[in-house]
Amino acid sequence: MNILKNEMRQGLKGLLLWGLIIGGTIVLCVALFPDLKKEFGDMVDAMADMGGFGAAFGMNQLNYGEITGFYGIYAGSMLGIGGIFFAAVLGTGILAKEEKEHTAEFLLTHPVTRTSAFFQKLTAMLVQILLMNGIVILLSLLSFRIIGETPEWKGVWLFHLAQLLMQTEIACICMGISAFLRKGSVSIGIGVAALLYFLGLFGNITEEAEKVKYITPYAYADAADILPDAALDGTLILIGMGYAFLGLTIGYVKYQRKDMY
Amino acid sequence: MRPVIEIENLTKYYGKHRGIEHLNLVVDEGEFFGFIGPNGAGKSTTIRTILGLLRPREGSVRILGRELGAGGGCKSGAGREKIRKGLLREIGYMPSEAFFYSWMKVEDVLKFSASFYDRDCSEECGRLCERLKLDTRKKVDELSLGNRKKVSIVCALQHGAKLYVLDEPTSGLDPLMQREFFEILKERNESGASVFLSSHVLGEVERYCHRAAIIREGSIIAVDSVDKIRRSSARKVTVRGVSELPGIFMEKAEILDDGVRFFYRGEMEKLIGALQGLPIRDLTITEPDLEEVFLHFYEGESR
Repeated sequence: MNILKNEMRQGLKGLLLWGLIIGGTIVLCVALFPDLKKEFGDMVDAMADMGGFGAAFGMNQLNYGEITGFYGIYAGSMLGIGGIFFAAVLGTGILAKEEKEHTAEFLLTHPVTRTSAFFQKLTAMLVQILLMNGIVILLSLLSFRIIGETPEWKGVWLFHLAQLLMQTEIACICMGISAFLRKGSVSIGIGVAALLYFLGLFGNITEEAEKVKYITPYAYADAADILPDAALDGTLILIGMGYAFLGLTIGYVKYQRKDMY
Repeated sequence: MRPVIEIENLTKYYGKHRGIEHLNLVVDEGEFFGFIGPNGAGKSTTIRTILGLLRPREGSVRILGRELGAGGGCKSGAGREKIRKGLLREIGYMPSEAFFYSWMKVEDVLKFSASFYDRDCSEECGRLCERLKLDTRKKVDELSLGNRKKVSIVCALQHGAKLYVLDEPTSGLDPLMQREFFEILKERNESGASVFLSSHVLGEVERYCHRAAIIREGSIIAVDSVDKIRRSSARKVTVRGVSELPGIFMEKAEILDDGVRFFYRGEMEKLIGALQGLPIRDLTITEPDLEEVFLHFYEGESR
């Protein structure tokens, strides 16, 4: 368990920072809600006219004038974007950073199997994602308190669960990629995250691109799809977890056989 | 005496680049063994392969009597890793380049390293840090190369191994620390541990090792007792002002503009005698570097 502990110590600052920035931005947005609500009559119409752009962010499906819908749009984009970048950067770095910083030799000449190192790192990654989301959720709850509004809880919790699953999927896929990298992992992580994110937006804009929902986890984690009926798409989630598992398996096999230097 | 390291026909390529080729080597229990060769000869590749960091293309490695598995018909994956883990408990390894987690303090690195072993290393760690004068409260990324090497040394030695594998351990250490380090190694060796160290400095191998192997371009070219290697070593002499030394056998002589450079293997007295009275402007007598020794002399003799 010493590698797990070590990873946590190393990642703590990062996850606090990500959690506070994403959560803090959500707090700021939610704090604006009471003022915006007074003017929302005009705004909803304005948003409805935005067509494709509005649709990309789910504005056509969510009621902007209610706290749940408002939260879905703002928290949805903040946590949606921030979360996948956090997960991608974390995942692509988790194995490759040891080679980039030349610590792989130090680590793996100690009595530990690569299997154990891999799974301790995986655990550390998942715990960090959980903690980061914990911070965001705490700050969100706090912000509801501050403005004295009560959202529809079921939808909000399902939304956060879906976000957690999406980040887990991306982190696992990126960890798989990480096993193939030797250096410069961050840019690849950001690339993967951006690709999946824009695929998700693309899928929202046009019906013809509907098939992308089988590729990007953004499809099952989008607040606009979850909040109206307070329901998750189990099939898409299952497919997503399948990708995560596949990524991890390929990464594990590669990591077992890889030359370390 | 049973061997602690047995390498058989070990071959490793990095893509198309040669690492090592058909390498054979046996190190016995209780030996202080030097592994010498110029940079790029394959010393680190050999060491990293026997520790399981690299997967060889061919050949086999047995450490402390246990098969680590290697190329072709090797044990793969989990089985190999289990054996490797068991072996690494008994090995103290010092990499040639000392890199650690940059956000750690020295004491964090030492504790993290110790946490992999199921024994309490804190007492030995303290003793070693004191002898090597290592400040454990510093952050590792503020350390000089020499001090980073010391951290590596403590990591390799604090858990009390049966076999020490040290890759270029003295580079970057000042002479006083080198001596202290070899003192510690000698103590460990005398109490039964085997030492396998790589170096490109002939002197330290001469002083401390019982036997040595010479590696060049990925292959072992000689394995012998250090005494025998020492006897075969020559001096490199450069004389300016004259180009003829009567009565002196000049090996591999090279005529310079204003003098001569050659290898000399006879009595020093005779050389000095011959030099007397000649109009010499400048004179240097040095140990030839390792490559010259083994290229020109040792290799030739052993074949």
